[in-house]
Amino acid sequence: MHELSIAQAVVDTATKHAGGRRVKLISLRLGTMRQVVFDSLDFYFGIVARDTLCEGAELEHELVSARLRCPECGREWDPAPQPVASHEAVGSDLALPVFRCADCGVPGEIQAGGELEVESIEVEDAAEATLS
Amino acid sequence: MHRTKIRVTEDALDANETIARANRDDFDRAGVSVLNLMSAPGSGKTTLLERALKDLDSPRVGVLEGDVQGSLDADRLAGLHIPVTQLNTDSGFGGECHLDANMVHSAIPDLDLDEIDLLIVENVGNLVCPAEFRIGEDVKAMVASVAEGEDKPLKYPLMYRSCEMVVVNKIDLLPHVDFDMDRFLANVDAVNPGAEHLLVSARTGEGVDEWRAWLAGIPERAAAPA
Repeated sequence: MHELSIAQAVVDTATKHAGGRRVKLISLRLGTMRQVVFDSLDFYFGIVARDTLCEGAELEHELVSARLRCPECGREWDPAPQPVASHEAVGSDLALPVFRCADCGVPGEIQAGGELEVESIEVEDAAEATLS
Repeated sequence: MHRTKIRVTEDALDANETIARANRDDFDRAGVSVLNLMSAPGSGKTTLLERALKDLDSPRVGVLEGDVQGSLDADRLAGLHIPVTQLNTDSGFGGECHLDANMVHSAIPDLDLDEIDLLIVENVGNLVCPAEFRIGEDVKAMVASVAEGEDKPLKYPLMYRSCEMVVVNKIDLLPHVDFDMDRFLANVDAVNPGAEHLLVSARTGEGVDEWRAWLAGIPERAAAPA
């Protein structure tokens, strides 16, 4: 989903924090509930980073699993449906994600899984860059 | 070669969020509530608006139409004598397949906010991207037609989760399509517990009164303390 414009946003964000230094590494946190495919993002990043301080930088990511918390009993869980063989899953409850607490029936509150963020960057120190 | 690590912790879509908040401020200052109406192409958003807005005098409604190209939807609604503005998505943060906060921001000067109480933004037909981009709305709703299949909430969970209302349209087709309504509603509840739904047919008029009443209640519900 819009990996090209997200890649551009990543370049802009990294550049903003780089203080004029070359960016060597950008670390992302991607939640599983967002519609972003890292390989696609990485591909477009390589393109939009050309002729910027991010050219040649490595893009890495941490996949953040979704986590819900029941406001009644405090239980935490991952809402993703359990993996099942496809012939069992078709039309059955096994294929459903679980957003209600299994004990209380109350909808869980999202604690994690919605991230689409630049967590940190690594920049080349300016003094050494002029020597290399 | 020495490297320095800098902690950033910034949302990649931060720029859109900032503009969305600015849009909200503009709408709040003018006392206008905003509905972001989404769906797959052809589910019946425009037809449902034609049916509902024809007999709705209060609150005063304006429509912002979002389409990749053309003014077909705006032209259809113009006959209802309500303010309609068309946005074509040739430029903007994400490209063409959804409305983003910047595009809506650019349309605000063309909207006479003092003349309306409720702005309905009819988004580009797309079950994926519009769910990711806030535009400054108070409420999100979507239209799902029975011709699309009961599995769609599972295939497009972010869209179904982002909406507080799912309008199930084209129920006049139920005798002619293999659509399991119970399974569909169970799937909606699985991805978005507590989401409201309405069963309607824009064609026959069934359920349109309830749809109109839900629209008319948006400004009041938006103003109520959370």
